[in-house]
Amino acid sequence: MTGADYNFAYLDEQTKRMIRRAILKAVAIPGYQVPFAAREMPLPYGWGTGGIQVTAAVIGPDDVLKVIDQGADDTTNAVSIRRFFRRMAGVATTEHTAEATIIQTRHRIPETPLAAGQILVYQVPIPEPLRWLEPRDTETRRMHALRDYGAMQVNLYEDIARHGAIAKSYDYPVLVNGHYIMSPSPIPKFDNPKMDRSPALQLFGAGRERRIYAVPPHTPVRSLDFDDYPFTVQRWDECCALCGATDSFLDEMIMDDRGSRLFICSDSDYCRGRQGAGEAAE
Amino acid sequence: MTASFPAGLAPGFADPALAAQVSFRAALTALSEPGCLVALGHGLAPPPPPLGPAAAALALTLLDHDTPLWLSPALRPAAAYLRFHCGCPPAAGPEAARFAVVTAAELPPLAVFAAGSDDYPDHSATVIVDVAGLRAGGPLVLSGPGIADRATLAADGLPADFLACWAANRGRFPRGVDLLLTCGPLLCGLPRTTLVGG
Repeated sequence: MTGADYNFAYLDEQTKRMIRRAILKAVAIPGYQVPFAAREMPLPYGWGTGGIQVTAAVIGPDDVLKVIDQGADDTTNAVSIRRFFRRMAGVATTEHTAEATIIQTRHRIPETPLAAGQILVYQVPIPEPLRWLEPRDTETRRMHALRDYGAMQVNLYEDIARHGAIAKSYDYPVLVNGHYIMSPSPIPKFDNPKMDRSPALQLFGAGRERRIYAVPPHTPVRSLDFDDYPFTVQRWDECCALCGATDSFLDEMIMDDRGSRLFICSDSDYCRGRQGAGEAAE
Repeated sequence: MTASFPAGLAPGFADPALAAQVSFRAALTALSEPGCLVALGHGLAPPPPPLGPAAAALALTLLDHDTPLWLSPALRPAAAYLRFHCGCPPAAGPEAARFAVVTAAELPPLAVFAAGSDDYPDHSATVIVDVAGLRAGGPLVLSGPGIADRATLAADGLPADFLACWAANRGRFPRGVDLLLTCGPLLCGLPRTTLVGG
């Protein structure tokens, strides 16, 4: 059932053309934030209005859509966005990373490696990585134009001076194709290496801030660091309590009021797949 | 619909929403994987010559009242068709165009098109170039974002100084123009980041 009273994929054609032109320029200038005229969407800012508009401009009836929120397919945000596109575009949806042609994500990259031809759409709250260092948009725009990124390096250095290590654990800034510094949206830095030379196309949509940016496939994406303080990702001593994975991003669950804790995979599809494979082997 | 249709004008997309989506995805693939040939414009009634189906489908997908369009002289017969279906205003010259459709033989130096500014490099022209032939494997060797290692391409009829022009275009990154090469129903993207060797 598609919403017969609405255009295909909810947005009107003129809006889609405007978003599509922005996406093409974003792909041509990797890491540059293209301003676009974001529309009001039937959900509040912060719930993925930018990601939904990008997905709506890209999606077709033959696509298979997966939506994740913090790695999980079964959280409110993911369920409602999946249902929105099932009704508005009549597309098939899936929870399996490998089956999806478009994956809209809030704050994670799936553990299963992405393949060529897949499109990963990120929901982005604050697209400007320099915003906390310089509040004026005219200035950050100049800084990007001149690649005046010293302030960002100083910011990371101050972490080392204060804490002995770079303390930023999510939304860790990256350098795209050696030119633009880009915010990877608040994914854990654990996921940053997956962006580098990914065979999938990565599109980023920020609805409230009205920006779209992109990383084409096979594009170098380097996490900022120093020669003597190289970039590292999070590691856990525990493994996933459900599937035993030691290579995935783990969420810490508080089990009772006496302090017992459990670690489980944040990527629900990856975890279920491993549990299924384990049962099949037994 | 057909009764009120201006005489002599070819129709546009039969199903605008779905056809535009398919064409856009082809353009997205072409620009995000330079050197990859995609086909588009299936099911589109033949546009007025010399406008090819791929160039026509791109125009119907991406152009509207916000995009001043410049046509090279050979493509002027298609002006009424594009103006009717897209509603795009004609640009006074190539420098004022957001989009341009040109034949390879009439491709002006890329420097005349809007290249955007360092602050707003997206305010740049996208040029659809209709070339005489387009196939994978050939004298042009491409590398850069979107290409795993290297891709090869043969595009016939480009000006003799194209490689030098393209190197200059790439040299002013982040400013620059982006090309969409078309031939019949085929499309290949050349974003400003692509390194082209001969």
